[in-house]
Amino acid sequence: MNFDQARFSRDDHYEPLLSEKDSTTVEVDDDGVLPDDLTRDELTLPGLSEPQLARHYTRLSQMNYSVELGPYPLGSCTMKYNPSFTEDVAADPNAAVHPDRSDRTIQGTLGLLHDLQEQLAEIGGMDAVTLQPPAGAAGEFTGILIAKAYHEARGDDRSEIIIPASAHGTNFASAALAGYDVVELPSDEDGRVDIEALDAAISEETAALMLTNPNTLGLFERDILEISEMVHDAGGLLYYDGANFNALLGRARPGDMGFDIMHYNVHKTFATPHGGGGPGAGPVGVVEELAEYLPSPMVQETAAGYELTEPESSIGKVHGFGGNWLVLVKAYAYIARLGDSGLSDASAKAVLNANYLASQLDLEVPYGPFHHEFAATSGDRDAADVAKRMLDYGVHPPTTKWPELVSQAMLTEPTEVEDKASLDDLAHAFNAAYADSDEALETAPTKTSARRIDQVSAARNPRLSWQALGDDE
Amino acid sequence: MTAGNGRRDGSPYAPHTDADEAAMLDAVGVESAESLFDIPEDVRFDGEFGIDATDERDLRESIANLFARNEELTEFLGRGHHAHYVPALVDDLSRRSEFLTSYTQYQPEIAQGFLQALFEYQSMLVELTGLPVANCSMYDAATALAEAALLANRLRRGASGHRVLVPEHLQEGRLGVLENYLDGADMEIGNYPMDDGAVDLDALSDLVDDETVMVYAESPTVRGVIEENLSEIGDLAHENDALFCLGSDVVALALLEEPASVGADVVVGEADALGLGTSYGMGLGIFATREKFLRQVPGRLVGASEDAEDMRAFTLTLQTREQHIRKERATSNICTNQAWVALRTAMHIAWLGPDRLVNLATRAVTDARDLAARLDDISGLQAPVYDRHHFREFVVHTDQPAPAIANDLAGRGFAVHTLDDHHLQVCITDVNADAADRLVAAFEEVA
Repeated sequence: MNFDQARFSRDDHYEPLLSEKDSTTVEVDDDGVLPDDLTRDELTLPGLSEPQLARHYTRLSQMNYSVELGPYPLGSCTMKYNPSFTEDVAADPNAAVHPDRSDRTIQGTLGLLHDLQEQLAEIGGMDAVTLQPPAGAAGEFTGILIAKAYHEARGDDRSEIIIPASAHGTNFASAALAGYDVVELPSDEDGRVDIEALDAAISEETAALMLTNPNTLGLFERDILEISEMVHDAGGLLYYDGANFNALLGRARPGDMGFDIMHYNVHKTFATPHGGGGPGAGPVGVVEELAEYLPSPMVQETAAGYELTEPESSIGKVHGFGGNWLVLVKAYAYIARLGDSGLSDASAKAVLNANYLASQLDLEVPYGPFHHEFAATSGDRDAADVAKRMLDYGVHPPTTKWPELVSQAMLTEPTEVEDKASLDDLAHAFNAAYADSDEALETAPTKTSARRIDQVSAARNPRLSWQALGDDE
Repeated sequence: MTAGNGRRDGSPYAPHTDADEAAMLDAVGVESAESLFDIPEDVRFDGEFGIDATDERDLRESIANLFARNEELTEFLGRGHHAHYVPALVDDLSRRSEFLTSYTQYQPEIAQGFLQALFEYQSMLVELTGLPVANCSMYDAATALAEAALLANRLRRGASGHRVLVPEHLQEGRLGVLENYLDGADMEIGNYPMDDGAVDLDALSDLVDDETVMVYAESPTVRGVIEENLSEIGDLAHENDALFCLGSDVVALALLEEPASVGADVVVGEADALGLGTSYGMGLGIFATREKFLRQVPGRLVGASEDAEDMRAFTLTLQTREQHIRKERATSNICTNQAWVALRTAMHIAWLGPDRLVNLATRAVTDARDLAARLDDISGLQAPVYDRHHFREFVVHTDQPAPAIANDLAGRGFAVHTLDDHHLQVCITDVNADAADRLVAAFEEVA
């Protein structure tokens, strides 16, 4: 497949900034509506017509790759196709309600949230679910706060969270945000949790172990029941990072594996669009014993209808209101569309796709058996350069140089939405880039809107607004 | 029901034909996809979720029917979640799949479009706040406030004092989120009282001391009051070596005093008042600050650089602050943010342009003033309760019990906030202004 990304350019820049198209300064003359000293003097912003704006943003969109343009196999990111109809469902004007409406006037909204709580609990093997956390990392933070509240209620102050070295960076940051010290756990030679190291790490200070399963190499932690027993015997809790849950739908549930708390990345597993970085949603599920600590409010079904209620020992709020509503609606619609059979099939095809793609690669995959994702290594080629070259073949490259356990890692997650022909294109891009000359790799990409971008210059000389451009030139 | 490619079940979005599936299994060297799962028997799930697959058309109908159970009330609601008219252009262009279905811009060469749009968003916030650094989004105003407090605390590391002072009138969610974020840093929250709906300067002066790392004030407040003493509040904070954090929103910033000019060190608040519309509290958190705190900023930043052909190009930058590199020493745990909402907000601001944006903000003052005056004329009501300038919303005192009045208003098709036994809060914007006459008439009947 040949690929040339759209490229609008002029002089020394691509599509001009809005501020370069127009910059209008207006006096903020409010006709004496407010005393002068309460208002600003002037405001400078672009003043463009709607046709000009339509063209500006359409051009920008054409200089942006997306999952509707081609494969997007970023490992641990689960870039699935986002079903079109879910956008229309979320745009229903009857659903556009304010969060301070009284319960009885928004029974439709609360009904959907209630059903989603129940469905996520069932899918994860959990007893209760909050929908409030607005992203995966917010879900982690919420889950750790729940663990903290649980220990404190028992008069049991604990100071440590154990996290495998291969975990997502957010795990460490979320644990630290909640005030815990992080104990980093090495992997064993098979790429899984090192049981001996875990045994040494666990103590009466252990508040929780955070695990991703399958882990970031795509490997299922086969000793999960033993791990669960070890953590629980020491009085700790087991936390499940749901980033890789797309591998397990209908085949294994965190609750059945001994996890006490989990978060769901609905923008991954349940196909809501990533929107260039967000919004997502990170609902958190817990076992019965922890339900009293969930954030407030929860949606409860009563004889009189759906009501918002506060759990008995709630940790309180993790979002100003109820989280990312529009995302939750899309997740609900996706789950209802697929049902049991579709969800189960999604995981089967996600795992098949990863395994098929790996079988077509000239790159080595050092760890297995993997599920929905795998970490290939580009060996003596720089993984970041191989990735840049892959762009020229019209595909998005995988996550590079992570996890660090694999040198020159290319963490690849094709998801279930690619068909065989698409996977063959992807494999070709991998193999061709991997085999290309050093020069081809170093000068890549050449088919994208912009050529290789100087990261060092961006960080050394930060220019973070159009006002800052020209300051240092 | 049929899934994709005519198969009988499975995901309609997993497009494998039987022939392809067979060829793929063959290439992998296994009999079935099932055999690829390396899951021990003792944790295998062989039950059912009990969720039936649904045809797209039937599903749309059933969800539409569910939402139709929401009562059709005209909302005069605000308190941290505000709606203005969102032009069709925003929906149309933001829903282009190149934007909507893209990921975080970790490969900037192929993601210039979104990066530029976010750079433009940051620039608009720089203009509105007067501060030189704005990140490309926080989840909402509540988490942005919490992140500001953590930033203030990091600057004071090692020194005494970890207290944040916040106003007595603060949206419940913002206070709750702040409590949770500060708990892990062993910080505490102090409340300072309000005087007639605005900051009680004398009381604040007594409370702020060298234990204080940040003073937070809002304009407009959660009750709609425009704060008149922002510079004095900033001075009080700075005299005690504390940061001054100002909470506002993207529309109010276009009219009210520029935060940088009143000494704000950090500006937080909601930007979703433009671009998003009413969405059950979903937000877009503003975070802007001074240059000297750049390396303490939470969240993603887009910067300009050059590409190999010396063309200006954009990229995520200063990522060593972030969790994927710095792990437990990151400035924040945020990863996924609200980028798509920021795109929509930037589109809405651009669509308005400076004239219409300032007019929209001015109207938020005059419409609120006019509506309050009309309600004040009704026997049994006093509005606004505070003798202050207001933005969008104001508190109404009711002689009769407020909950009963709110209930009667709901029966007549209107939603307002109930604050306590004798106070309601009413918010007016361009979205509900056409219904103001009817609201006044309804108040006349029920007050």
